[in-house]
Order: sequence, then structure tokens, then C-alpha cells
Amino acid sequence: MSDAETALLLARLQFAFTISFHFIFPAFSIGLASFLAVLEALWLKTGREIYLNLFRYWLKIFAMAFAMGVVSGIVMSYQFGTNWSVFSDKAGPIIGPLMAYEVLTAFFLEAGFLGVMMFGMNKVGKGLHFGATLMVAIGTFISAFWILSVNSWMQTPTGWAMNDQGQFVPGGSWIDIIFNPSFPYRLVHTVIAAYLTTALVVGAVGAWHLLRGRDLPEVRTMFSMAMWMAALVAPVQIFVGDLHGLNTLEHQPAKVMAMEGHFESHPDGAPLILFGLPDDERETVHAAVQIPKLSSLILKHDLNAPLDGLKTVPKADRPSVEIVFWSFRVMVGLGFLMFALGLWSLVARAMKRLYSWPLLHRFALVMGPSGFVAVIAGWITTEVGRQPWVVYNLLRTADAVSPIAAPGVSGSLLAFVIVYFTVFAAGTVYILKLMHHAPHPGETGPAEAPIRTAGITPSAAVPHGEPDPRPDRSEEAK
Amino acid sequence: MNIDLTVVWAFVIAFAVAAYVVMDGFDLGIGILFKGFKVGRERDQAMNAIAPLWDGNETWLVMGGGGLMAAFPLAYSIILPALYVPIIVMLLGLVFRGVAFEFRWRDPGHRVWWDAGFSVGSLVATFAQGVTLGALLQGIAIEGRHYAGGWWDWLTPFSLLTGASLCVGYALLGATWLIWKTEGEIQRDATRFARWLLPAMLAAFGLVSLATPFLEEKYHTRWFDVPGLYVAIPMPLLVLVTAFFLWRSLRRGVDYVPFLLTLTLFLLAMAGLAVSMWPDVIPGRLSIWQAAAPESSQIFMLVGAAVLIPLILGYTAWSYWVFRGKVGEEGYH
Repeated sequence: MSDAETALLLARLQFAFTISFHFIFPAFSIGLASFLAVLEALWLKTGREIYLNLFRYWLKIFAMAFAMGVVSGIVMSYQFGTNWSVFSDKAGPIIGPLMAYEVLTAFFLEAGFLGVMMFGMNKVGKGLHFGATLMVAIGTFISAFWILSVNSWMQTPTGWAMNDQGQFVPGGSWIDIIFNPSFPYRLVHTVIAAYLTTALVVGAVGAWHLLRGRDLPEVRTMFSMAMWMAALVAPVQIFVGDLHGLNTLEHQPAKVMAMEGHFESHPDGAPLILFGLPDDERETVHAAVQIPKLSSLILKHDLNAPLDGLKTVPKADRPSVEIVFWSFRVMVGLGFLMFALGLWSLVARAMKRLYSWPLLHRFALVMGPSGFVAVIAGWITTEVGRQPWVVYNLLRTADAVSPIAAPGVSGSLLAFVIVYFTVFAAGTVYILKLMHHAPHPGETGPAEAPIRTAGITPSAAVPHGEPDPRPDRSEEAK
Repeated sequence: MNIDLTVVWAFVIAFAVAAYVVMDGFDLGIGILFKGFKVGRERDQAMNAIAPLWDGNETWLVMGGGGLMAAFPLAYSIILPALYVPIIVMLLGLVFRGVAFEFRWRDPGHRVWWDAGFSVGSLVATFAQGVTLGALLQGIAIEGRHYAGGWWDWLTPFSLLTGASLCVGYALLGATWLIWKTEGEIQRDATRFARWLLPAMLAAFGLVSLATPFLEEKYHTRWFDVPGLYVAIPMPLLVLVTAFFLWRSLRRGVDYVPFLLTLTLFLLAMAGLAVSMWPDVIPGRLSIWQAAAPESSQIFMLVGAAVLIPLILGYTAWSYWVFRGKVGEEGYH
């Protein structure tokens, strides 16, 4: 491998590593911010302490996830320049303004109101505090809007022209650029994924405490809310995912061929390959388990519709089937398991066994991290599926990289790996510690932490995650 | 319409950078001084003095970087590879600094480590920012539309000097912020630090100012020919007068004046930088017009910036107002 190829590979690895790490946090905080806003609204509307306790409990977790999202996000905003400077120069006039709008409309909104949301409950009135929570939630959503617009433009670029310096510049209206053909599908699919991810985490925490016999009203409420979310949203997500797939087939057929593992063309109906071992080198899928005609039915809604295979695409323009085929199956497989969890919860609800069915709780617990896995698998499918282009069909990834040498990129990659694993492993442990304790009456917010640790309030006065004083009611529920 | 959009954008980016330096400057400064405060209440108070605000402050850094990419993509794509090492180091420093705000409270057993991460992270990030500034001032090698220098071009005695100077400067901002926001023992400690830091900062900034005109012929003529001379003469005087009042306010124990006077010192220094650099974005190599994005991109962003930046400043001010007054012994209750 030449030095330039090594540098390119390392730059790609670095981007993949830093963005996968980063993506975990917004995927969680978009859903969690909305969940918090709903909890606070319910508290204000009903006046029931239970919602305030849940709000405070999840606010502490949100604070941790948000801090990690912010610091890993700052890395992303500079990585375009350090490792992908040619891309920044060429595409800057188009994607730069979109990202600047993300900063102006979303980041400042979130950051500006976060302090009040976390520390301001006793400084501003309830109404203003709820307003701050709402602003943070809206900010996370606006952020998703802009960044997915950028990403979608790189997948399905429209509304551009090229100037004499070889830069992509706005060619028509900005509306064409922002609302490019894949954007609506990608936005809806990703935001729903974030909601689902959060619901699965909340559900798993609820299930954990139910399994341990902490059948508190707070635990019941959050488990129930999470299961409603899974039951309602998982089927919607499957439907939206299908639409997104059809859109991809229209605009990025090679990506769909890779997802499906179709090297060969199928002039009269393509089979659906359930599993197999794709081999980019030999252009085949070994040991394929397939259902005849199903791929054509799903993608074209016609059993005998012809589908082209990757062999119609020049080898230099193909994405890696080995990666995309698998990441796609992981995402879809988890999606159907989420759907199953939602259905089961509906059955349990109908049978009045929602809080007393340990097997369901075990399943919900195991599914807790599945949203993160599915989100990253989906991200890999769409990003690796775009290769070898950074701007689809227009700018190759190999032509977008910074003119920098391999040793520097490998050094910085190593530094990122070490720092991220240290810092985010610690953060995950702290989040799990917070989750290990059940939300309980008299739950404290994040602001209380400094006081307690400052030694002003005797530490025993505000126990953290002590066993709940109320009687264990798990017997009752059975 | 005779407004040059490129000039407008140069001011917007300069404003974002200035806002960042002023706001995250005191956050990072508190981090730099952190080890100097006693374990326990003093450190907790220092942390509380910035915990609700740091995130908004840091967003100006994203605005500076993102804005540069949007308005001057060519400059962004040359500067970042040229300053690869200090920028990556800065980002890694900021990672530790940022998570420490949450982590140290959650894990008393390892608090000493997160406190160290907070202070070392702040120091490293600040030093890297100062080095970045120095490296930019001393010039960057360009060929065509690419950076043409090596890995270690940024590393010179001058960039190390600007790095160290910025650490001293931010530390003074942090100390004077604490004088404003705290009382009692920690305020006395902060005042003591500030008295040491003020002469150090004057010396550091003086050295940088003396060295800059000799980096490049261009700076020399800029400062010592008319009209630069009109700035060059009153500038040191203004700095000395401000420093004198700052010194006096530190002796008298007025709580918010030292911070405002330190800010004034920073603004004077930044005005000096602007005089040195204008109208280049990479001094001596690339002007703002050469690096500018096309007009359609500039207009599209300007519509948003004109509406949103005042709005942002508004709610940022509100947030500062909510957390006004002394941090006190009871934190945010």
C-alpha cells in the first residue's frame, strides 16, 4: 500500500471511529430531551410528584450523555478540516452554511438553555424552567435537521453548480440543496431511531428494577411509557425504513445492490438473500440462504421485476458488499426484535401482566442497548454504501483527503482511541451506576450533587439510590 | 448596495473568535488555576462558578470553526492541516475539560483524577490555542490550494511564547471571574493569584508585541508606517493605563471591576492582532477575498446570522443573569 493509500485509510478509520462514538450520544439525547420535556409537562399538568422524580432521575443521565456528546461533537466540527481539507475546500460553500446554521439555530439553543434546565429549577419559575427544557429538546431536533441535510446532500446532491476553482457552489435555490431527494426519508428514519433508542434504554432500566422487585410507581410509569413508545414507533420505523430503501434504490442503486448482496443481475425477479458470506474478491455470496423473488417483491412490489447486480457497476465504483450486507442485516434484524418487544408489551398489557412478566422484562433488558447498535449499523450501511464517493458520483473519497502523511494520522488516531475509550468508558460506567438505582420519591436533580459533595449537607441526608422506604409491592402486582 | 459581504463575514468570524476568547477564556483560566485551590469547598465553588455556563461559552469555538469553513472554506482547508497537531491536542484537552464538569461529582473515589483531567485539559487546550495563534501569525506555507509545509512547522519559539502567554492571560481572566463570583477564602486566593498574573501577563503580551513586527516585513510596515503608527503609539499607553487601574482595583477589593478591566486588556490585544493581520486570513499569503465563499453562500448565511446572533446574545445574557450573584456556599439553590 502506498503512503497516500495508508494515509487515506487511516483518515477514514479515524472519521469512522470518532463519528461512531459521537453518534451514540445525539441518538440518545434527541430522544431523552423530548422524554424529559414530556415528563416535565406531565408534572406541570397533573402536579404528580412521580413525574418530577422521573424528570430529575433522567436529567442526571441526560447531563452526562450531553457532556459527552458535546465534547465528541467539537472534534467532529474540526475533523472536516484536519483530515478532509480538500473536501472542505470543494464542498465548503454548500455544506459550510448548513453546518453554520446548525450552530446558530441548534447548538447555541441547547447550550444556552442547558444551564437553566440543569441548575435553574429554583432560580426561575416553573414555566420558564419548562421553557428551557423545551428549548433544549427543540434544539436537539433542529440539530438533527441540519446535519442530516448535510449528510443527505452528500448522498444525493442537488442544487449545485461548479465554479472555476472546482468548488461546489449553490446553483439554484437553497431549498433544492437543503431538501435534497433523500433528506426527508433520512431525517424521519434517524429521528425515529433516536426516539426508539431512548425508549429501549428507558424500558430496560424499568425492566431491570422490576426484575429486582422494585415495583415503584416511578418504575412502572417509565416502563409503561417506554413500552408504549416501542409498540407504536417500531412498526412506523419499519415502514419508514422501507420507504427510505426505495428512495435509495432510486438514487443510489449500487448501495442497495450491496445491501442485498446482488452481484448478479436478475432479469426476471431477484431472490432475497437472508444470510450468506459475501466475497468482494470473487464477486459472489457463499452459502447463501435465499427466498426466490422476494427481493423484487420488496423493492419493486412485483415478483418478476428485474433487478441489476453490482457486476453492472465498474469495480472501482462499488461499495464493499462484505460490510454493507452485514451492517444492513444487523439493523433490520434488531428492528424486527424491537417490533416483537412492542407487540409483546401490548399482549402483556391486555393480559394485565405488564409489570409481572419476568420473561418480558428480561427481553426488554437485553434489548436496552440494541438501539445504539442498530443506529450505528444503519449509519455504516448508509456511509459505507456511499463509497467510493464522498459526494455521490461527483467527488471520490480518495480525492477529498488532506495532503497529510500517514504517521501523523496514525498518531492522532491512536490518541483518539486511547482518550475516547478512557473517557467514554468512565462515562458509561457512571451512567450505568445512576441507572442501577431506581428513581425514587424525593429524587434529586443534578444541581444537588455539588452541594452534597461539597460537604454542606450531611451526606446521609440525601441518600443516593438507597432502597426505597416504601414497602415492596411486587407481591401485590402478582 | 455597496457593502462588501466578505468584509462583513470577516467581522462576524472575528466576533465569534473574540466572543470565544472572552467567554471560554475565563472557564479555561479557572481550569488552569484549579490545582491552586484547596480540595473541597474551594474547588467545588470554582467549578460551580462556571458549570451552568461553560457549554454555551464553548459553542463559540464551534461557531468560529464552522463559520470559517462556511465563509472562508479555502482558509479553513489550509489552516487546519497546517495546525493539525495543536488542533488535535486542543480537542483532546477539551474532551477532558468538558466531561470533568459531570464526572467529578459522580465519582468521589476518582475525583482527584477528574480534577487533574479538568486542570491539565484546560491548560493543554489553552496552550494549544495560543500555539495556533502564534503559528498563524508567523505564516503558513501554501502551494496552489493546499498546505505545503511539514508536520512541525508550527513549532517555533514564537508559537511557544504565544502559547504560554495565552495561558497566563486566561488564568488572569479566570482569577478575576472568581473574584467577581465568589467570596471568602477562595476570593482571597483568586485575588492573590491575580496579583501575580497581572505583571506576568503584561510581560508576556509585551514580548509577543515586540516579537510580532519582526516576524515579517509586512507587520513591521503595518505598525510603523502611517496609519498603523496612529494605533501603535496609543496602544501601549492604553494597555498600561488599563493595567494600572486593574492593579488598583485588585488592591481595593472591588469585585467585578478586575474582570472587566482584564477583558479590556484582552480586547486591546485582539485589536492589535486585527491591525497586524487585516485584510489577510493567512497573514502574507491569503487575503479574505481570495479565501471567500461565493456570494450566494455568504448571503444565505448572513440572513440567518443577522437575525440569530442578536437572539443568541439575548438568551445568553439571560442565562448569565439567571446565574448572577455570588456562587456562595450553597451552590445553586
